Amino acid sequence: MNMLEQLVTSFIGTAGFSVLFNVPRRTVVQCGFVGLLGWLIYISCLEVPADPIIAALLASCVVAVISQICAKVYKTPIIVFSIAGIIPLVPGGTAYDAMRSFVEYDYETALQLAAKAFMISGAIAIGLVFSEAINQAIRKLKIN
Amino acid sequence: MMESGGETYRVEDTMMRIAAACGRERSHSYVTPTGIIFSIDGPDSGTRLVRISERSTDLQKVTDVNDISRRIAQGQLSVQEAIQLLRELETAKVGYPFRVKLLCAAIASGCFMIMFQGEWADFAAAFVIGGAALSSVTFFHWLVKAKLFSELLAAVIVGVLACLAVQIGAGNQLDKIILGSVMPLVPGLLITNAVRDLIAGHFVSGLSKGAEALLTAFAIGSGIAFVLAFYNGAGW
Repeated sequence: MNMLEQLVTSFIGTAGFSVLFNVPRRTVVQCGFVGLLGWLIYISCLEVPADPIIAALLASCVVAVISQICAKVYKTPIIVFSIAGIIPLVPGGTAYDAMRSFVEYDYETALQLAAKAFMISGAIAIGLVFSEAINQAIRKLKIN
Repeated sequence: MMESGGETYRVEDTMMRIAAACGRERSHSYVTPTGIIFSIDGPDSGTRLVRISERSTDLQKVTDVNDISRRIAQGQLSVQEAIQLLRELETAKVGYPFRVKLLCAAIASGCFMIMFQGEWADFAAAFVIGGAALSSVTFFHWLVKAKLFSELLAAVIVGVLACLAVQIGAGNQLDKIILGSVMPLVPGLLITNAVRDLIAGHFVSGLSKGAEALLTAFAIGSGIAFVLAFYNGAGW
């Protein structure tokens, strides 16, 4: 796999996507970078090779941490950055493959793929929430 | 904010903060994707219910409302000024012109195709079809207000175009081209927001967002599957 082409396409792809979601103009480039970092971690984990679910969990965790930093720096809701970051991780491809297997009456593969898509989206959400929980814990410890 | 795709907890939090800044410490808000209930306790109590019917993703608006609420909470804005600003925001046409969005959707589709291990030879096909996907979903949504229907038709168009592209030799990997091109339609934001709401304990919001995402995914999947069934069956 060509690393450079993956980096460039993930940057442009996520930045383009953030425009579709109407992110504020000044944050488009940052959104691209968040997406690039998330994708970089995801594909490097796959190269190891690690489980795609673990890879998605790690990547979304990192995306959430960076998004929190960006949200603080640019005084913008965190969702602006985290959405851009997780877009490439979201298992659209797996879901599509599952749907296709269903149509071809290959129910066994279809169910496997559907379960996998569900697990990956769960891992992404847990990754996001996990870093948020850590952030809250840190804030609470600082106050007390 | 809810109409524009903000998180449930953020909407609730924003309303409580504004109320607190106006001297109403005891207020309750209950937010779901289809309606908002807000009430104020105390001697001159009151309750409001707002129905939400249109949902889309507009993070610019979420950011702007967030800014306004922050300024209210810090006491920089009076209530009248804030209402004025919010009214302006509601009617303002923020966001990017459609041709910019179209270009971005097309480029993003091409890029995603490469990210999913596609070949550069298929870039042009994914580029064109991704743009077609966004324009057709926008057009059909303008034509009929049923979201499911417009997504289904857009997916059918993506499927037909992708099969055509492979047939005339403009593309090689049918799967990858379709995958990249449907990305502008895929409800990625909804899925993750749904799971997040569920984990945070907003079960009603989580389940209804999840249902919406599932319906969209179903529409896209069946649209594509419909075309593929013919393509494989007829073998043209």
